Amino acid sequence: MQSLQDFREETRSWLEQNCPESMRTAMVQEEVVWGGRNAQFTNPDSKIWLERLAQKGWTCPTWPAEYGGGGLDKDQAIILSEELVRINARPGLTSFGISMLGPVLLEYGNHEQKLEHIPKIVRGEIRWCQGYSEPGSGSDLASLATKAELQGDTYLINGSKVWTSYADKADWIFCLVRTDFEVPKHAGISFILFDMASEGISTKPIQLISGSSPFCETFFDDVKVPASNLVGRLNEGWTIAKRLLQHERTMISGFGLSSGQSDNGGTTSTISSLEGTAMSYRGDSEKLSDPVLRDQIAQFKIDSDAFAYTSRRSIEESKQGQGPNATSSMLKNYGCELNKRRYELMLQAIGSQGLGWEGEGFNDEELQLTREWLRSKANSIEGGTSEVQLNVIAKRVLGLPDILSMAQK
Amino acid sequence: MALVLSEDQQLLKDSAKSFCEQIAPVSLLRKLRDSKDEQGYDQAVWAQMIELGWAGMAVPESYGGFEFGYGGLGVVLEESGRTLLSSPLISTVLIGATAILELGNETQKQQLLPQIVAGELLTALALDEHTTHRPSRVATTATKVEGGYSLSGSKTFVLDGHIANKLITVARTSGETDSEQGLSVFLVDAAAEGVSIQRTIMVDSRNSSNVQFSDVQVPSEALLGDFDGAFESLSKVLDIARIGVAAEMLGSMQAVFESILVYLKQREQFGVLIGSFQGLQHRAAEMYSEIELCKSAVRAALSALDDPEKSSQEIAVIASMAKAKLSEVFFLVSNEGIQMHGGIGMTDEFDVGFYIKRARVAQQFLGDAAFHRDRYASLNGF
Repeated sequence: MQSLQDFREETRSWLEQNCPESMRTAMVQEEVVWGGRNAQFTNPDSKIWLERLAQKGWTCPTWPAEYGGGGLDKDQAIILSEELVRINARPGLTSFGISMLGPVLLEYGNHEQKLEHIPKIVRGEIRWCQGYSEPGSGSDLASLATKAELQGDTYLINGSKVWTSYADKADWIFCLVRTDFEVPKHAGISFILFDMASEGISTKPIQLISGSSPFCETFFDDVKVPASNLVGRLNEGWTIAKRLLQHERTMISGFGLSSGQSDNGGTTSTISSLEGTAMSYRGDSEKLSDPVLRDQIAQFKIDSDAFAYTSRRSIEESKQGQGPNATSSMLKNYGCELNKRRYELMLQAIGSQGLGWEGEGFNDEELQLTREWLRSKANSIEGGTSEVQLNVIAKRVLGLPDILSMAQK
Repeated sequence: MALVLSEDQQLLKDSAKSFCEQIAPVSLLRKLRDSKDEQGYDQAVWAQMIELGWAGMAVPESYGGFEFGYGGLGVVLEESGRTLLSSPLISTVLIGATAILELGNETQKQQLLPQIVAGELLTALALDEHTTHRPSRVATTATKVEGGYSLSGSKTFVLDGHIANKLITVARTSGETDSEQGLSVFLVDAAAEGVSIQRTIMVDSRNSSNVQFSDVQVPSEALLGDFDGAFESLSKVLDIARIGVAAEMLGSMQAVFESILVYLKQREQFGVLIGSFQGLQHRAAEMYSEIELCKSAVRAALSALDDPEKSSQEIAVIASMAKAKLSEVFFLVSNEGIQMHGGIGMTDEFDVGFYIKRARVAQQFLGDAAFHRDRYASLNGF
């Protein structure tokens, strides 16, 4: 067996030779690569970098090589990620296929489904979106009402979804649908995949408090989907849905980590250091002159350090192969709250320059900060609100009794 | 950096846990308090701890220790914190042995460390002189005299001062009262003439004391570390001690939290278990998250101490991070410990009160959260 040291050396030299220079700089929003049928590469190096990574399966390092993944074990994957961080490499591909759908498809999908979809996710050929929330089903996701009726070997889908990120740009959707209205709400949900180019689908973007956003409303009007696109068993979609949420939460918890180049929930700010920014806007040289802000920043950074150690510990602990579990709710909740604190402190740090909306008088970074500060408010709503995460921790981790079942007694 | 315990550390932790539960439960501290025990710790229990090798946990084998690292001492401290074990573990093992290791010359190490490992020597750190911790603020003086030094001044909040054989005393040999320059450390016999030790009964029922030095004569060999330039090494000792105390706090806060969970699952009001109320569930879930962060902070800090490549500066940052974080969370959890147990939490009969009392002392000891946030900011250049 190849030693880890050898693997590190080979990886390092491969990255040296294959990662283009411009891919070793901080990511800028316009150059994030989402892949898909209509993939756009503002920077041509992004395309080269994606293709080279995908060739080795390193866009999805731990996925099985059989389906185009990297086939690396956990230790090798950690080394790869350390080596990527070492050269400040950008992610080759950012996608919901990688962070959400892929892991559950590998766990619950059948061989044909994996063979069809996984390699395209690895190579960034198909861009996925998530059909979860509905106008009447937010935190109470399981009350969803989008209907799928079996007619022959086709499902007929009717209903609507909301907060579908990038629905207007995605090629396919993984979607929760109700396939049985007669049973308790959790027992009548199925998990299904379909092409967004199908007839009867329309999307409408949603304007947020931060301005334009990737979120959409999505409408299904007699959309025909082959029955073979159902993942797992009929009416057992809720299990898959929850599993996927754990992956989503793990991804979102990364927002709280200030180091490394990860997808930041729609934010790719180059905010370097809070304290450095605060000092430069105030003209302080040795010590931040505002003692209250200084104390708050210190407290924030201490919490961030402890959180970063916790994320690492959780990775080390899951080495035994359990994958994400209920602690993902803790990480998601804490990470999001940290990210919101970071933006509030950043606003304080730069004062009125951080409150510009558009036009003259502000530089691009300042204007971006205003928008990102507003956008960060969604971090504790998307992927399950902070309150829902606390419920999950109370119930699943701490084993506290459920008020609803107690009340029914 | 190892954030998960090794197999050996886990075994040690398990055995320390069962020792503390069986031999040194909270009722032992209660007994010491109620009987107004003169020593303030149980000598028979301490003898068993020595027997188990706990006093030599982080001491290298060449000085009679077991070289299990601070990671090993850390898990023992964590378990001792669970049951609020009152013993010389912090004063003598965590601080005394570390001070001798970091500051001492070869002769001092050869002579004193085996005594600590064998339980023959108890030490106390005489540093603070004011109501809040600031290690450079030392007015106690040491002046050169024929054959040695003469010390004068007074110290407060000296942990285990009244049972110690030797006082590790920080004194000023030059410079202004607040200067980091001009500090030296001396090993002073507790029985030396001119030393007066007054035991103080603190809220946590552990041993503390005020110490007076009036023209105390010590020989030249009593100097521990560099003359006039001890601050840097002393800071390292204090950082190790802070991390050890953070580990102890981690154990204590987990004990409180576990007690809260038991109560939430057993107490009924309005016909349901109170643990089903969201107002309590969310607070419990938030505490759980904070304690998870504390575990990681302590593991990271302990593993930094055992990593020879870490600089003193890096250790200082991580020590202040850990002490600040643990102090804040122990404050939170000890307060919630009372509130979530309701009236019973206020009774002396119930143990949770011992934890809030220990929490405040541990928070202040070697710098509270505000002290360490300030230090963390300075160390990070802002």
